[in-house]
Amino acid sequence: MKVLRNLGQRVNVSLNKIGKVTDFIISIFLNLVTPPIYGREILKAFYQIGWMSLPVLGLTALFTGGALALQIYAGGSRFNAEQVVPAIVAIGMARELGPVLGGLIVAARVASSIAAEIGTMKVTEQLDALITLSTNPIKYLVVPRVLAATLSLPALIAIGDSIGILGGYLVGINRLDFSSSTYLASTASMLQISDISSGIIKGVFFGFIISLSGCFSGFYASNGAEGVGKATKSAVVAACVFILATNYILTEAFFNS
Amino acid sequence: MIEIKNIHKTFAKQKVLDGVNMFVDQGSSTALIGTSGGGKSVILKILLGLIEPDEGEVFIDNVKVSHRDPGRTLSRIGMLFQGSALFDSLPVWQNICFKFLKGTEKLSGKDAKELAIQNLEKVGLNYKVANKFPADLSGGMKKRVALARAIVGNPKIILFDEPTTGLDPIMTNTINSLIREIVETMDVTALTITHDISSVQQISDNVALLASGRIQWEGKAKELKGSKDPYVFQFINGKHNGPINVN
Repeated sequence: MKVLRNLGQRVNVSLNKIGKVTDFIISIFLNLVTPPIYGREILKAFYQIGWMSLPVLGLTALFTGGALALQIYAGGSRFNAEQVVPAIVAIGMARELGPVLGGLIVAARVASSIAAEIGTMKVTEQLDALITLSTNPIKYLVVPRVLAATLSLPALIAIGDSIGILGGYLVGINRLDFSSSTYLASTASMLQISDISSGIIKGVFFGFIISLSGCFSGFYASNGAEGVGKATKSAVVAACVFILATNYILTEAFFNS
Repeated sequence: MIEIKNIHKTFAKQKVLDGVNMFVDQGSSTALIGTSGGGKSVILKILLGLIEPDEGEVFIDNVKVSHRDPGRTLSRIGMLFQGSALFDSLPVWQNICFKFLKGTEKLSGKDAKELAIQNLEKVGLNYKVANKFPADLSGGMKKRVALARAIVGNPKIILFDEPTTGLDPIMTNTINSLIREIVETMDVTALTITHDISSVQQISDNVALLASGRIQWEGKAKELKGSKDPYVFQFINGKHNGPINVN
């Protein structure tokens, strides 16, 4: 009986959380399409989420592209297929590594920062203060962040893909004795628009997941500093897990189509 | 005028409010006292429409407070939060005039700053504070800035949630004097939550004692110390034994 009761309680808690998340998402969409629109907050969110993520994302992509070129060369040389390095670096970066690594890096940076900021506002009653000052916290805090993350991430991923391919190119011509023209020609001939677009579409979903995790965890933070810490941790964990799961579902969908 | 009718509220199977009835007359100042965790702040949040009661109704100047549409009554209310609740990312003047910059009633930046400085002066702070950020202020200054924010829209009702918690006796006296002055000069209805009995005498006309989820005693502030009511006696003398369950 005790096992069943515990199981029932866990199911109840999970269903309650799903309900809260659904309610939160509906509230975001309703507030997205109704005035007022906080333009300055949206621009600030684009700057903090999009622009400020560029350095870390660029460095990650550069080193990943370079490492990928070395690994493919080492693997390919076992069956005399070293010439596939440019094509596989480009396709691998555009279809998988660019979106997934970009998503995870931005999740670590942005979901944690959003959850900590909104969570601190929650436990210090600043969210309540916003309501008493006739300002809807979803509209003022959540909508700008969701909009900025959802629209920035595809652009960040496109830039990350390019930098990753550049990383592979630099390693290819400097360490693996490829000629610059051969490497570029091979990359251009093998890379298709669908490779790039699938990664960018993934970026839209990942951006939404990152901002939703951060905002939701922050909004439901409680119990002071410890609660904010827990909210930050759960935001990053949830964002990373959902990015990886969504990536598989989207890859399956693109693969089938 | 604030009217609370038969409010019930339960959190996680724990009954916090069990039929609270209370009336705060227009232009009067009432202190709500009671034990920590006894539901005083819950009453304020219900008044603001931030929490929905399980049962009962609340009226602000004869308008029913709605959890779904708190905006109808919020425009009449100013609120001083326990921890000041200033927005860290905004300078003091934007904190004070937030509702005129981001809310429904719009003012230009220049007018808003002038209004903020006028209200800073009302709480004894000079114009130099306007450009500072909350992190640069002491606890007492934060309380005064929060007080300036609470009065900026000329509200009809002001709610004070433990306004002197964490302040030294001198700053406590300063804040209490400011509250009394504001209540008298602005002719507002005030409801203050406090544990500090000397503050009660200084800032309020009437007192209500909340214990075991209900208002157990109501009377004039000057009658509090001489009251023979067992709840009041236990509370103001800090006795462990008595009708108030302190466990």
